[in-house]
Amino acid sequence: MSNVFPKWTNRLPLIALVGGLVTGACVIAGATYYFTPKYSRVGYQPVQPVSFSHEIHAGQLGLDCRYCHNGVEKSWFSNIPAAETCMRCHNSVLKDDPRLQPIRDAFENDKPIKWVQVHKTPDYVYFNHSVHVNRGVSCVKCHGRVDQMDEVKHAKPLSMAFCLDCHRSPHEHVRPQSEVFNLGWEPGEDWVAERDGAALVNKMKLRTSESCSACHR
Amino acid sequence: MSAAAGQPVQVVETHTPKELVRQPLVLNNRPLGWITEQVCSIVEGKMPKWWNVAFVVSFLMMLMCFGYIGYLITTGVGVWGLNHPVAWGWAIVNFVFWIGIGHAGTLISAILFLLRQKWRCSINRTAEAMTIFAVICAGIFPGIHVGRIWLAWWLFPIPNAHGIWPQFRSPLLWDVFAVSTYFTVSLLFWYMGLIPDLATIRDRLRIAGKKLNSGLDWMINRFKQFTYGFFAMGWTGSNRHWRNYEKAYLLLAGLSTPLVLSVHSIVSFDFAVSQVPGWHTTIFPPYFVAGAVFSGFGMVLTLMIPMRALFKLEEIITIRHLELMCKVIIATGSIVGYAYGMEFFIAWYGGNPYELYAFKNRAFGPYWWAYWTMISCNVISPQLFWFQWCRTSPWFIFIVSIFVNIGMWFERFVIVVTSLHRDYLPSSWGYYSPTRVDILTFVGTFGLFMTLFLLFIRYLPTIAISEAKGVTPQADPHHELGGAKPKQEGAH
Repeated sequence: MSNVFPKWTNRLPLIALVGGLVTGACVIAGATYYFTPKYSRVGYQPVQPVSFSHEIHAGQLGLDCRYCHNGVEKSWFSNIPAAETCMRCHNSVLKDDPRLQPIRDAFENDKPIKWVQVHKTPDYVYFNHSVHVNRGVSCVKCHGRVDQMDEVKHAKPLSMAFCLDCHRSPHEHVRPQSEVFNLGWEPGEDWVAERDGAALVNKMKLRTSESCSACHR
Repeated sequence: MSAAAGQPVQVVETHTPKELVRQPLVLNNRPLGWITEQVCSIVEGKMPKWWNVAFVVSFLMMLMCFGYIGYLITTGVGVWGLNHPVAWGWAIVNFVFWIGIGHAGTLISAILFLLRQKWRCSINRTAEAMTIFAVICAGIFPGIHVGRIWLAWWLFPIPNAHGIWPQFRSPLLWDVFAVSTYFTVSLLFWYMGLIPDLATIRDRLRIAGKKLNSGLDWMINRFKQFTYGFFAMGWTGSNRHWRNYEKAYLLLAGLSTPLVLSVHSIVSFDFAVSQVPGWHTTIFPPYFVAGAVFSGFGMVLTLMIPMRALFKLEEIITIRHLELMCKVIIATGSIVGYAYGMEFFIAWYGGNPYELYAFKNRAFGPYWWAYWTMISCNVISPQLFWFQWCRTSPWFIFIVSIFVNIGMWFERFVIVVTSLHRDYLPSSWGYYSPTRVDILTFVGTFGLFMTLFLLFIRYLPTIAISEAKGVTPQADPHHELGGAKPKQEGAH
């Protein structure tokens, strides 16, 4: 029955096997790279109505995060400051700068500025800022070096695995409570997570929940 | 007579008992070539008119099923009748119903093969095809019942950005493995058995193609040669091919045998591992397996009785085959009936008031009609097969087989719905009714099933040609009609 198929088709099983393996590997690699929050969320940097620079304010001027986001220690929600907060300084500093016109308009007309939200947990996730920043979890853990960003961009994946990494081994991520708002803090040479981190976890009585209902209430 | 001759006196007349001849599995001493011709002519010839009508009807029903699935996905599970406290409704009932039907195919192809039951040979191909199509129909329901179907891949343990795995302690995950293994092994088994027959069709097409020179017919013939030839994987029927084939067949039969028992055991764990009275029962695994084989043989008979009549296969799928399948139905039907009785006994003997209530409520509660439909179809109707006339009249078997199908669907309905509709809190008691979408999606899966089955009849040999030949008397070289004949006096 030789002439139904040409002779090269004898190699077909091998070609199919190799082709299948290569395709499978490409699909897995592609999905792992492109379809996870590490790619799909990180780097998101929307254009804001006012080109507010965190790098100047929090970095060069050394403003504390809490000067503007003053609800972060008390509330689940870390608030975006009202135009009044800006005007505390900008009624005297750069008071006629045209780039600040939307701020002055908002202040005078009592209409909030429509900032574009960068970090957003889904509706089915309960996240409480105050619980985290009062328990040795620094802003930088989720938001990156905002003090070095000109305009804010999404620095971390904020995927569920990202949350669970910390919830599963908090001692590797906590820092002394005094350094929570110091984004540049690095553990010293003699810092050992298993000892010092674990001591903090113990001291602050951290019981990081891994149950579904901790976040999906 | 004299004793002096040293001969014992013959007191009792001796009789050589009459040798009971088994009815042959292919009737009328048909030659081997006739079997090939009879089976291949279905694939090679034009389909009769009824096939076209049946195909159009099935195809439209299948489209209806997909349409309703699309409606479900775009709208949400609210289009079904599910609500508290009955959170598992027709989707699970239909899943268990279809997956159970598949078991006859695996039993026939694997267990009966290992037990050297030769009568399986003319029915195994169709039964295996039925298994695969039933598992396809079954697989739809767990996929769509999750609500957000685009997340159905969470059923599988795939590394993901959530940093979690499915719950390995849940029988629902075991189900995923059980059913996907079952489907894969059944498909491989079926396909491997098909290879020699696909090669037969390929070779017959080549012979037929020699008469064609050009034109559309020639192109169609070439296309078919390529297609059948591709799937025949270069089978030449050499001694080495057959040896490997037999070995692989035996191995796959060995692999499938535990699946006959494991798949429906695990499906039963979906219920038995829970704490719900009416589900939390240790008898579930064997009872589900028996029920699955019972329903599967019901469906095999439902499909095969019309098929053998319409395609004139009565000499290959004989009355004896039907009769033997009816015996399997009595056996498994009786096991199922025993299990129904035992559930009630344990409910009383176990002394748990909730359990007893659940069972009393099954038989005499608001769903009494479903319970007694189940009992009459599953327990009473198969007992008719104790009478030989009932086992040997195809039209009668056909009717009973329909009852078996109905009864087994109701069994799953009774288990799923009646156990749930009475919660521990009387304030949450409810009555579940399906919606139009529930009903028509299920009806539509019959369209999918029949579409696949009709395509199978149209394009693939419905009977395993080589195996059916192997069990004919002529295949035995020492049979008087067989190949190795002693040399006749004077012949040379």
